[in-house]
Formats: sequence, structure tokens, C-alpha cells
Amino acid sequence: MTRLRKIAVPALTMALFLAGWEWLVWVNGWPTYKMAAPSDLWPAFWKFRWLFLDYGWQTLWRTVAGLALAIVVGVALGMVMGFSRTVRDGLYPLLVGFNAIPKATVVPILALMFVGQHDMNTILVAFMISFFPIAVSVSIGLSTLEPEYRDILRSLGASQMTVFWKIALPKTLPEFFGALKVAVTLAFIGTNLMEIVSPHGRGLGALFDSGKISSDYPLMFAVLIVLALLGIVLYYVVVALERTFAGWAERSPG
Amino acid sequence: MTPTPAHIELRAITHAYRTDAGPLPVLDNLSIRMAEGSFTAVVGPSGCGKSTLTRLIAGLMRPDEGQVWLGGKMVTAPRPTVGMAFQNPVLLEWRTILRNVMLPLEIVGARMAKADQETRARDLLALVGLEGFEDKRPSELSGGMRQRASLCRALVHRPEVLILDEPFGALDAFTREDLWQTMARLRVEEKFTAVLITHDLRESVFLADTIVVLSGRPARAQYVMDNALPRDRTLDDLYGHAATDMLAILRHQIQVAQGRAPADANARAAQ
Repeated sequence: MTRLRKIAVPALTMALFLAGWEWLVWVNGWPTYKMAAPSDLWPAFWKFRWLFLDYGWQTLWRTVAGLALAIVVGVALGMVMGFSRTVRDGLYPLLVGFNAIPKATVVPILALMFVGQHDMNTILVAFMISFFPIAVSVSIGLSTLEPEYRDILRSLGASQMTVFWKIALPKTLPEFFGALKVAVTLAFIGTNLMEIVSPHGRGLGALFDSGKISSDYPLMFAVLIVLALLGIVLYYVVVALERTFAGWAERSPG
Repeated sequence: MTPTPAHIELRAITHAYRTDAGPLPVLDNLSIRMAEGSFTAVVGPSGCGKSTLTRLIAGLMRPDEGQVWLGGKMVTAPRPTVGMAFQNPVLLEWRTILRNVMLPLEIVGARMAKADQETRARDLLALVGLEGFEDKRPSELSGGMRQRASLCRALVHRPEVLILDEPFGALDAFTREDLWQTMARLRVEEKFTAVLITHDLRESVFLADTIVVLSGRPARAQYVMDNALPRDRTLDDLYGHAATDMLAILRHQIQVAQGRAPADANARAAQ
């Protein structure tokens, strides 16, 4: 029953949303260039199904690569900031300033800096847009570790490294996964930003752009739907990982 | 009278915290001796440096001046013969109770077989009344039970010294009395020299052989009291004349330490 509910409730919500969308377009009699209805999307999707598969894969792997880079750099930054106050004080303004820069402005800079390196540029944008929440959450998780947690092992002569592996790292995992959920959707935005803005882009963003150029409006909407689906899939992969590695943080109800 | 050789000895310890406003002295020429197997309670006004004392004994900090001696050796670094329990039980939420208790053995139990480690942890848990909770998570236990598990973790590696930093401070009065009795039982079964930091005078009278009252900051040993109660005591003893008299003196000494009462000429001077 609860299992059925877990699938039925979101599925029903999704169906209602699509029906509402369809109805809105139908009742207003909007042409596709104003707003395509869900029923217009399927033909567009089917017509370009092989492109969707190819470009969808490209977008996905670049996003995951950018996210992986964001995890490595974010966790490393979070660690040094979590353990050293001086580093934290020094890096924070820099990171906040960097994060405040609209990433759309970075795209042409990167495109000029590494001409033709489309894969790398895309991964870099995905990385730049998504590492910040990871670094902040890990640093906060580590710096707010109560001293007693350290003391139970330190008083036995354990090294800082042992304290990190046995206590600090697992204790920070819930915060880390919280940040990863934010980062995963951000990384998608980064990938597509590059794919749409860059003149020789590939991936779903480029497909969106070609839909725009050839006035194929249903195609543009179909790309958005596929992007949303990929985002949902990746998000739930993170949720599954969280259940496996930090499931203890979830209290049983009641 | 020849003094028994001290197991833990604090020799003229002076210590100050470095703050932005300059050094803040917390301990001033503090000397305390504790015999092997003894139970010493340290009481004093809030913020008088009691917790600093536990960190010094554990070797987590070095004093500015003076020395800490433990079993005939000067303490210069943390040593595996110490067990600690705090007001916050700090159990690891991602481990079961059994695996929490076994944590110190992962650091210092290399010579002990895995099966023996587990038996040792299970025996201790049974001793404090946590049989059947070995596979539960800390979040599934009450505050008192978590504190019992924390005591087991502090003792699992058979430390020579048990340092208790207000371990019962956050519990309700009834649970606290239960845990005092658990502590007394542990003392019969396990061999250790205990230092208890507490705000609760009745707790100190029930558990300790010697009660040291610290003065206000910077703290020195203002008053030392030997417990007049029989070693094998019950909670009822806390309501007898002997205990009431001790509590009255201790209460007065705390007020002196807080600067709220003049030092009584009749009171025994420290040392």
C-alpha cells in the first residue's frame, strides 16, 4: 500500500500537471510558437529520437563529469576550510564572490580561453556552478563538530586522520548529501548554459538552440521535458546513494 | 602519616586561556593527589576551569605551569589508559550501540581478538542494564540509556583512569539516581581511578571518596573533604545525618568560592 502510494502519488501529480497544461493551451487556442501542448511534443520527440538519445547521453555524461569534479574540489575545499579557521576566513569572500558571478558571463570567456574544447568547457561550467554548496556544507559540517567527538578518540592517542575517517567524515555525510541534491540540478543548468550559448555546442542544449533557429517550437519544449526527466533521474540517484551511506540520519517516523 | 603513592597527581598547575582580551587565568597553583582506585569528585562554581582540568589529566592539553603525573609518569600527550565520558554522550549515530561501545578498541585494542572485543562490550552493556539494546541505534535510546552506553565506551578498553565530565548533568533527577547506582556497580566490577567533575553535591557525596571544592576563577583547591559515609552506601544514606552535615559544609564552601559567603574560620583549610 505505502509502496503503491509512493509511486502513484507523484505519477498522478505529474499526469494532472500535463493535463492542466494541455487544457490551458487548448482552451486558449494558442499556436505552438506561443506555447506547445504536451500532445505536440511526442511527434517532435519521435522525429528526433536518435538525436535525443545521442545528445541526451552527451549532456548526461558532461553533467556527471562536472559534478564529479565539483565533489572532489568541493570536498577538498570544505575540508581545509572546516579544519582551519584562517583558511576559512581567507577563502570565504573569494568563494562567495566567485559564486555571485553569473555563469552565463563565464561561458564566452571559457570559449575564448579554450577554443574548441567543447567537452572540457562544458564540464568546467557545470563544475563552477555546482561546487560551492558542496564546499560550504562540508566546511560547516566539519567546523561544527562538537569537541567531545574529537576528544573521545584524541584522548586515546588517535591521530587527526583517524578522527577524520571514523567520526568527522561520516558525521558530515548528511550535510554533504543535502548539498549534493542542490548541486546535481545546478550542474545541469551549467551544462546546458554552455551547450546553448556556445556557437558549436552539442548536447541537448544545442538541440534546443537548433529548435529555436528552425522555429521548431515543439522541439524546444520536448528538449525541456527531457532535461527535466534527466534531472529527476540524477536527483534520485543521489537520493539512493544517500539512503545507502547516510540512511542512519533519517529518523524512523513516530 | 605517610601518604599513599598517588596514582594521579596534579602538581602546582597554573593555566590561562589565550583570549583576544589577553590571557584569562583559569587554574592557579592547583594541586590534587588521587590514590590508585580512588574516586575523586571535583565541585566548584560555574566556569571555574573544571573541564580544563579533565583535558589536562587526559593529556589533551599541556598546562602553562606545573605537571600532571599519572601512574608515576609525567603526562605529556594523550595515553590509551584513559577513558572519558561527557555530559553529551556523543554516541555515533551511524553505529549500533555495540559498535559504539567497541569504538575505543579500534584504536587501542589491536592485541585483543575481535570476538573477545565483542564479548567485552556485551558484558559491559549487560552490567549497566542495556542487554538487548546492542543492535539499536543511539537515536532509539532514552537519554539515560545513551549515557549508560557512553560509560561502557569509556570503560571498554579497561582504562586505569576514568574521567567523568558531568556525565549525569543533563538527566532528570530519577534517571540520575539510577545512573549513580550503575556507576557504583561499575566501580565494584571494574578497576579504575575515577575523577568526576560535577555540579551536584549529592552526586559527589554518593559517589566519591574525596571531594575537592575549587575556588572561583582562577581555581585552586579551596577545600578537600574525605567522605564520611561507609564505602558501600545506598541512596537512603544521602538523607542521613552524616550526609546532611557534609552537604551543608560543601554548600557553604561553594558559596565561599562564589564570593557570596566569608570563609568560615572553623572550616578545615585545604591541605
